[in-house]
Amino acid sequence: MAKVTIDDVTIEVPDGTTILQAARMIGGDLVPPAMCYYSKLKTSGGYCRTCIVKVEQGSAKDPRPMPKPVASCRTTVMDGMVVRNITSPEVLEARSGVVEFLLINHPLDCPVCDQAGECHLQDLAYEHGKEETRYEFERREFEQIDIGDKVQLHMNRCILCYRCVKVADQLTDGRVHGVLNRGDVAEISTYIQNSIENDFSGNVIDVCPVGALTDKTFRFKSRVWYTKPVDAHRDCPHCTGKVRLWYKGDDVLRVTARKDKYGEVEEWICNECRFDKKTTSDWVIEGPSKVDRHSVISANHYENLRVLKATIDRQKKALPHGEKVNLGQGALDPNNIHGK
Amino acid sequence: MGKKLLLEHIDVPGINTLSVYRSKGGYTALDKALKTMTPDAVVEEVKTSGLRGRGGAGFPTGMKWSFLAKPEGVPRYVVCNADESEPGTFKDRYLMEKIPHLLIEGMIVSGFALGAKSSYIYIRGEYFYVARILEQAIAEAYEAGLLGKNILNSGFDHDCYVQVGAGAYICGEETALLESLEGKRGNPRIKPPFPAVAGLYGCPTVVNNVETIAAVVPIVNMGGAAYAGIGVGKSTGTKLISASGHINKPGVYEIELGVPVEEFIYSDEYCGGIKGDRKLKAVVAGGSSVPILPADLILKTANGEPRLMSYESLADGGFASGTMLGSGGFIVMDESTSIVKNLYTFTRFYHHESCGQCSPCREGTGWMEKILHKILHGHGSISDVDLLWDIQSKIEGKTICPLGDAAAWPVASAIRHFRGEFEEFVRNGHSIKDVRHYYRLNGLPEPAYS
Repeated sequence: MAKVTIDDVTIEVPDGTTILQAARMIGGDLVPPAMCYYSKLKTSGGYCRTCIVKVEQGSAKDPRPMPKPVASCRTTVMDGMVVRNITSPEVLEARSGVVEFLLINHPLDCPVCDQAGECHLQDLAYEHGKEETRYEFERREFEQIDIGDKVQLHMNRCILCYRCVKVADQLTDGRVHGVLNRGDVAEISTYIQNSIENDFSGNVIDVCPVGALTDKTFRFKSRVWYTKPVDAHRDCPHCTGKVRLWYKGDDVLRVTARKDKYGEVEEWICNECRFDKKTTSDWVIEGPSKVDRHSVISANHYENLRVLKATIDRQKKALPHGEKVNLGQGALDPNNIHGK
Repeated sequence: MGKKLLLEHIDVPGINTLSVYRSKGGYTALDKALKTMTPDAVVEEVKTSGLRGRGGAGFPTGMKWSFLAKPEGVPRYVVCNADESEPGTFKDRYLMEKIPHLLIEGMIVSGFALGAKSSYIYIRGEYFYVARILEQAIAEAYEAGLLGKNILNSGFDHDCYVQVGAGAYICGEETALLESLEGKRGNPRIKPPFPAVAGLYGCPTVVNNVETIAAVVPIVNMGGAAYAGIGVGKSTGTKLISASGHINKPGVYEIELGVPVEEFIYSDEYCGGIKGDRKLKAVVAGGSSVPILPADLILKTANGEPRLMSYESLADGGFASGTMLGSGGFIVMDESTSIVKNLYTFTRFYHHESCGQCSPCREGTGWMEKILHKILHGHGSISDVDLLWDIQSKIEGKTICPLGDAAAWPVASAIRHFRGEFEEFVRNGHSIKDVRHYYRLNGLPEPAYS
């Protein structure tokens, strides 16, 4: 076991835990954002650099600080390690730099992007980005390629997190897609425009943090926040069959895997469940899904209020006795509202 | 004339052949190591010698070797990094082309010291003809029983292979090199684990520069203590410097570490002064990625001491007023050079060579290139210079491998020391070289540039 302190909160975790996992065990707002790390995929993470944190003290044995910010998703904790995330202005500054880098070539076509509302890049930009861009050049564009009749690839939106490549490597046989070229023209592609065909290829849609890989059967059908998530299952010969159905009215518009609050799927699902079973009679309904992401996707689920209350409670506890959190009139300074 | 350890016999005709190399004392180090020393004794000699990595980072080689994990039943590898791609550096090519057996001998001795039964020379694709020369030398060594089974009847087996890369700068980064050697996409790995624990094919691996491995030969021959006697302070031994730019005698020079920079530039023994007796403007002392220094700071440190060609002296003053010895790519620029144009060239290179794996480097290098292009073509503004500074600060130290740093440092140092020139570009919209020409032609007083 190793004792690690993240933003002044101490937790004991098993050896080999990464800083990010330890932070997730603590939970709350000190969890670094992760765009490429995916706990269900081996060797994922380390690429996007949004989860960087400062290690103030390497370990109890060797208390020297680490010279550079480290990727929390790939750095394992040591006993006595002291980590700073949101309490370090340096880290926040560096992170806003990374967000800016991720956005300079992103098309920002959210109004026509199917991922909008459940996009991790949107969340990240709201939380850590700047209000306006300093990039004044033409954004990078890729030639559209067709990778089959189920999955739509929009390379322009890709942030090269490599998650889909790892899914194809670890979940399916004979990966046909990967990263071609290098530098800022590197792209997710299939060699000689192969189409991606195997039973679990649809999972690349779920792991994609942005709108680079989307569901062709759901394309332009509805904004995600107009659809209602319902947990359901069926007897599936290929997978566990535990899915989330997204309803609009009586129609199942989309089937996805169930995701936790970090946007990671709980269990992979097969293409048959995802693309072919789109009537209620195919499924046994379990009930409405709880979505506790803090972004647009959970609008109308009243989850945000609950989170807000919890935050206020925590702040009350953190304050010295006698002081009260003033939430009445006058507590809000209109000058401090920047629309974030 | 300084002492030469690596290039002593470089001018002997036919030194690239085994017979001539042996007649000049070649393979005595191998003989000595195999017959009179234990592997640990060789490592100890290298430690005593104080040899530091010649590829750029200057990490003590003996220490690197002692970090090598030695689990039972797992092979260990020695990999030679001959992917010399740093702009301004061409010393390894010269060494391998002229005297390939020195490297081969170094590989076998290093392999013996580290208990590696095979070693690989990963050479960049552009050096295809050098790979041929090395292969020829390896074939000769096999024929003479210097490679293969039971070398010199010592019971030590060693095989050496040459692998040609496909011409990517990033494959000079040790973990990207290993990926490439394994036949994968040349993306740097995330460390830890370090190659000393899990390197090539997941086995403990030591990756060293060509010159470092070659330097093991004189160290074994003369003993670590004698090697440590050459040089200055913690910069021991000799170093190959690739001198280029506006100098009278560009080329590869072997120097004893500690030669004053002024002597190196102006002495006839080395660079022979600036071409056309023009004034020195700036020097990039260790290959394109290290910070550029203006004439006054490269000749003397910030506290007025003469700067020496050594790891410590060049780094004196940190990045505020110092630089790095790096890989020894010594690029001299005279007063006719435009720093902005030069920086644009460097930045374009790093943009082109970024592997695209992590976001700050992938996106930032291209952005910096675009801004510099804009400034260079007279469309820039003062805020662009500040933006450039901000971008480099957000790349440096935030990336997986040092390529991000290598792309950021030239930009940072150029702005730090030559900000006036950038502003001149912004104001006048053309190069400083042309501005000077304009002022001189019209007999006007020149403005202060920096």
